Amino acid sequence: MKLDDHEKAMLAGEEGPARRYAMEQIVRVGDFFGAERCVDVSQVHLMADPESLGEAGVAFLEGLAELPRDERRVRVPTVTDPRGVDFEAYKRLKQTDAMAGLERRAIAAFESFGVMMTDTCINYQTILPPVMGEHLAFGDTGSSIYANSVLGARTNFEGGPSALAAALAGRTAAYGLHLDEHRRGTSLFHVTARPEGLTEWGALGAIVGKAMSSYWDVPVVTGIEGAPTSDEIKQFGAALASFGSTPLFHMVGITPEAPDLKAVFDGDPPKPATMGAGDVADLIRSYTPADDTLHVVAFAGPQLSLVEMQMLAGLLEGRTLNKDVALLATTSPEIKSACDRMGLTAAIEGAGGVVLSGVCFYQMYAREIGEANGWKRLMSNSAKLVNILGGYGYEPVLGSMEQCVESAVQGRIVGVGS
Amino acid sequence: MSEGRVYKGVAGIGAAVEGEALVAHDNFSARYDLDRIKGVFSRPSHKLCGENYVGKVLILNIAKGGVATAWMLREMTDRDMAPAALILNAANPIMAQGAAFANLPLIDRFDVDITSVIKTGEHVAVDPANAIVKVL
Repeated sequence: MKLDDHEKAMLAGEEGPARRYAMEQIVRVGDFFGAERCVDVSQVHLMADPESLGEAGVAFLEGLAELPRDERRVRVPTVTDPRGVDFEAYKRLKQTDAMAGLERRAIAAFESFGVMMTDTCINYQTILPPVMGEHLAFGDTGSSIYANSVLGARTNFEGGPSALAAALAGRTAAYGLHLDEHRRGTSLFHVTARPEGLTEWGALGAIVGKAMSSYWDVPVVTGIEGAPTSDEIKQFGAALASFGSTPLFHMVGITPEAPDLKAVFDGDPPKPATMGAGDVADLIRSYTPADDTLHVVAFAGPQLSLVEMQMLAGLLEGRTLNKDVALLATTSPEIKSACDRMGLTAAIEGAGGVVLSGVCFYQMYAREIGEANGWKRLMSNSAKLVNILGGYGYEPVLGSMEQCVESAVQGRIVGVGS
Repeated sequence: MSEGRVYKGVAGIGAAVEGEALVAHDNFSARYDLDRIKGVFSRPSHKLCGENYVGKVLILNIAKGGVATAWMLREMTDRDMAPAALILNAANPIMAQGAAFANLPLIDRFDVDITSVIKTGEHVAVDPANAIVKVL
């Protein structure tokens, strides 16, 4: 990589070990992908839940936190992805004091860097939505695909160690999605039936994601007439990124880089794969359980927007959940505060649900809390969440928000698989 | 001179290492696919489900899943519960970032499907600096 004088100085350690670490990380990754230079970033979104960090990651952060103040402060606005422990609720969820302790240590380190603890994966809806063409270092697959696709900003998936490096150096390696050539369409999908509701949008994203062959695939979707809502395209993108591990899609006539097919393909577009209502139903049906046993309902992955929280509160108002089923809804601290103010938290918790702030279900020691609470059969309206939790020992079931709530009230899974 | 088979990738990260291959054409994510405490694959639909990966040269198709692997590889290395190396047909940025942070050997982008030419149990040498995997 070709580095400027400032980058060379940071790499040589002239601005301390934190910025040397940052440039070493940037150059190692940049060299691996053939980057020729760095690109300045204007925002960083940092994923660093304690389960992923472990003792090794937290000790690394604490090492940086011991440096003099001017050597350890981030150089661009940096916000955080969901954390692993909600200190108000962790004992009810049977998380341990060891988990909470690791979390507190990580937070203390991040605060000493000047990181803003927003603890949300929907920062693009709730904190500072990126702008078309803005270069970013976003560290959650859902926030990255939304920023790239829906908003036209430019980021790779920047995992915690690289997002932190970008924050400390104010830049990242210019490869992948920062470059025009990796933003061109590579495959084409034609949708014959518009999805209805958040779960179907997520299922459609899952189908496209499953067809991806690598990070470098860029799917182009046609056939959607009229804009989806922010939450619908959030579910679509989050599922696509989770199943496909790809950071960008174009939706012709909807997303900003795809006014028409010519704008996203060089030459003739590939032959489209057609997806209809039957494909969406099949994807949802693939999560049909063997029986109607239900332990926990989770609304998470991504965290719920204020609008989704209002939908959930509306479904739960005046109802009483079965005492043997837990219902958890995760959202950001900002949205939780709004929900408290607007009476939405009271409606959800009045029915017996739990509103969690600043966490997301799969980032909060999902395996351990499942074992501690006896949760195995889990139901969610998020295609992303059911995809992840199979590896955590759960038997996940995908249903609409209405089906999830009705099942939690009745104490058994109802309405799916028919 | 050894007549071992040699496969050349595009790029590598980390130090040279030798080990026993554990191979499948399935994809890889530390968060989605592993029980990192026990050191085994835990995703029921993964071909290696139940297999112990600790100290093995893990040879798989592509990097999938989310961003957590970028931290997790170092956490696994720190506890001596990591694979010896990762050999993939296609890494993604997360896998490269995690390997760089953990100093875990990684090579990708071969001119063959690397999962079809090396068999589980074969002893291999991994040379990231030259992006070469050699069957010993």
